[in-house]
Amino acid sequence: MGTASTNPNVNYLTEFSGIKSWLFSLDHKRIGLMYMIAILFFFLVGGIMAMLIRLELFSPGPTLFSADTYNQVLTYHGAIMVFMVIVPGIPAILGNFFLPLQIGAADVAFPRLNLASWYVFMFGAILAFTTLFTTKIDTGWTFYTPYSIKTGTAVITIVLAAFIMGMSSILTGLNFIVTTHKLRAPGMSMFDMPLFVWSLYSTAIIQVIATPVLGITLLLLVAERVLGIGIFDPKLGGDPVLFQHFFWFYSHPAVYIMILPAMGIISELISAFSRKTIFGYKAIAFSSLGIAAVSFIVWGHHMFVSGQSEIAGVIFSFITMLVGVPTAIKMFNWLATLYKGSVSFESPMLYALGFLFLFAIGGVTGIMLATLGVDVHFHDTYFVVAHFHYVMVGGTLMAIMGGFYYWFPKMFGKMYNEGLARLTFVLIFIGFNVTFFPQFILGAMGMPRRYFDYIPAYESLNKISTIGSWMIAAGFFLALYVIIRGIISGPKAPANPWGAKTLEWQTSSPPPHFNFDKKPTVTGGPYDY
Amino acid sequence: MFWLNLVQAQSFMPTPATDIAQRVDNLYSFLLISSLIACIILIGGMIYFVVKYKRKSENDKTPRITHNNFLEFLWSFIPLVLFLIMFAWGWSVYHDMRKMPENALEIHIFGKQWAWEAQYKSGAATSNLVMVPIDTDVKLIMTSKDVLHSFYVPSFRIKQDTVPGRYSTLWFNSNKLGEFHIFCTEYCGTQHSGMIGTLKVVTQQEFDAWLEEESKVSTLPLAERGAKIFQVKACASCHSVADANVKVGPALWNQWGQQRNTSSGDIALNEEYTRESILNPNARVVKGYNPNIMPSFQGQLSEVELTALIEYIKGLK
Ligand SMILES: [Cu+2]
Ligand SMILES: [Cu+2]
Repeated sequence: MGTASTNPNVNYLTEFSGIKSWLFSLDHKRIGLMYMIAILFFFLVGGIMAMLIRLELFSPGPTLFSADTYNQVLTYHGAIMVFMVIVPGIPAILGNFFLPLQIGAADVAFPRLNLASWYVFMFGAILAFTTLFTTKIDTGWTFYTPYSIKTGTAVITIVLAAFIMGMSSILTGLNFIVTTHKLRAPGMSMFDMPLFVWSLYSTAIIQVIATPVLGITLLLLVAERVLGIGIFDPKLGGDPVLFQHFFWFYSHPAVYIMILPAMGIISELISAFSRKTIFGYKAIAFSSLGIAAVSFIVWGHHMFVSGQSEIAGVIFSFITMLVGVPTAIKMFNWLATLYKGSVSFESPMLYALGFLFLFAIGGVTGIMLATLGVDVHFHDTYFVVAHFHYVMVGGTLMAIMGGFYYWFPKMFGKMYNEGLARLTFVLIFIGFNVTFFPQFILGAMGMPRRYFDYIPAYESLNKISTIGSWMIAAGFFLALYVIIRGIISGPKAPANPWGAKTLEWQTSSPPPHFNFDKKPTVTGGPYDY
Repeated sequence: MFWLNLVQAQSFMPTPATDIAQRVDNLYSFLLISSLIACIILIGGMIYFVVKYKRKSENDKTPRITHNNFLEFLWSFIPLVLFLIMFAWGWSVYHDMRKMPENALEIHIFGKQWAWEAQYKSGAATSNLVMVPIDTDVKLIMTSKDVLHSFYVPSFRIKQDTVPGRYSTLWFNSNKLGEFHIFCTEYCGTQHSGMIGTLKVVTQQEFDAWLEEESKVSTLPLAERGAKIFQVKACASCHSVADANVKVGPALWNQWGQQRNTSSGDIALNEEYTRESILNPNARVVKGYNPNIMPSFQGQLSEVELTALIEYIKGLK
């Protein structure tokens, strides 16, 4: 689309230089990259902790460190991966970068607010990390009372940090909602938007509505600690189970904050690499909204054995089953998109297919856990650990990797080494199954989660799981190498290496500062192959 | 290979020891088979399509198929019906798990960091051991002395959180003799993974004899009674009594009269210091150990019981 008058060497990366041109940049693309650098670092820290956890569990008994240290490592792994990597991951990095591009806008609606969100996020993250040097948290990422009340004061700091980071996602969410409504290119109706935009839009709605509950929880914790008002602490007449209601009222929708954008990426990838229009566009778009709406009323399925009433358990189980339906619809729509397509197997597509494989397993085990009588056995065992890693890592992380390889040429204007990129998929995919599939069996055998030590019967499966984690680590380190090498010395990327139809591929790679030299006008749909 | 594992996972469940456990397993088998079929359709279909419709040339033309109402109805409706069956079946099993039997043998359970205490109506008390007769309805009335715990017997497929300030209940009727693990499944701190008890199912005669024996503790000599209390309160999970091994707390074996280097000066292990350490553990903590680990037993032990404990510790050689 570039016109002859434009200098092709000027793009958003080269137009300005110096550290200040990044730290004060209002360009959504640069802000996306700043999120990327921060979140990659958090992912590295959380990942190293995961490796330490698996190493400790290689053998029963103390292997690497004490029980207390183990509990801290486990807590930081969970908290970092959830609040600093998976929740912000896709919206903040890929969403920031590609939402405006995909709808043909020059930037998000409120660029200054966008930059402010980054600073708020970084402030929250740094605040969370300060607890590593004061009182380390050992409560697990769920901060359940009354243990979290008894174990030291830093839990207030970390919930505050989680809320500040949540504040950042509220601002990003607001920005995305307004951008989606107001800045679409001329001719693009809501139903001409790419599905990735739909998924970010649904996610933004959840972020804006659910995150304040985390703030309320924080205020109640502070009121209890400072004013001595009994809310969660039974010693003051409070109810510890109430905390679980508050916590999951936020954290269950957060699960969908983590998975919806991933589903959006998968829709893009499957369509682009099948060169075929997406099957059931409206069904996919509406099921995103449907999942977003229902996600607010299923939190009690985390509490089937916590002491909530039988009837509450029954209602939550029922509604949870209903969420399974839109999820199943999406799976079938992706399958139907492949039908009679022209399927190629570049690395982004491999990750998308890997997503379908792992998400199918994550999905059916989710239904098992929603089934009351069976969940009583599986609750808080390794079955749950395996299930949510299949959804969060097998689902969200596979989608992030796929999306990243897909959009890499657009972001940096370079190509990476395709052979090595495929190798990262093989390592991560096989390593993932070797690590987490045995954990389903451990859970069926009855091994509880958050276990520093275990009975000898669980040893061999734990060993397999640990060995798998080394393959995952090798895959991610290789991926880091592929990315860095691609950025430094990759060959120049064309504007549209995949032959995809969405708008971001119509501008140059990398795009100029304001994305499009000439405001695009939309005449066809995003998947008109 | 994963599919093989998935099918076999059924056999990875511990042998069911109650009727409810058997019913859970039946439902689980149904879930496994449905899941397997779903995965074969989804993953198998995916693999079939990507192989069959592999890109032949850069100029491949793909048909424009945007939707199909009948198919979309089918793949929304069939999962919905399946999910509703699973929901109803799960509810029925859960309902029977939660419906407490009448005239059951009632045992009080206390979760605490980091042991399970059981209190029988006859006065017998145990730690990390729940003794029950076979083929008898047993109802557990549970609470916690400190933080959340969760009472879990994998062989019975039952689990319930113990919550401080609240009572929760659980019931079972074991049809197998033997010893079964009791795990804690709600994270509760340092020794969470060490909070393992034994649920022992014996014949009615054995149970009666055991209960009578255990209920006579108050007539034992002081030191022996102390040994019982030491066991019931699970002191041994943190303090070794048969060797000098250091666990979470200092060892007590061969320590009576020895100098201890504490946070507030040196003191010999005597009656005075032992009593203080039981009732107010943070007053003088031996150097090298963390404060706030040992709970206070203030109000949980009578004077006689305290004396019995001291006599027992005195005799550890
Ligand atoms: Cu739980
Ligand atoms: Cu525990």
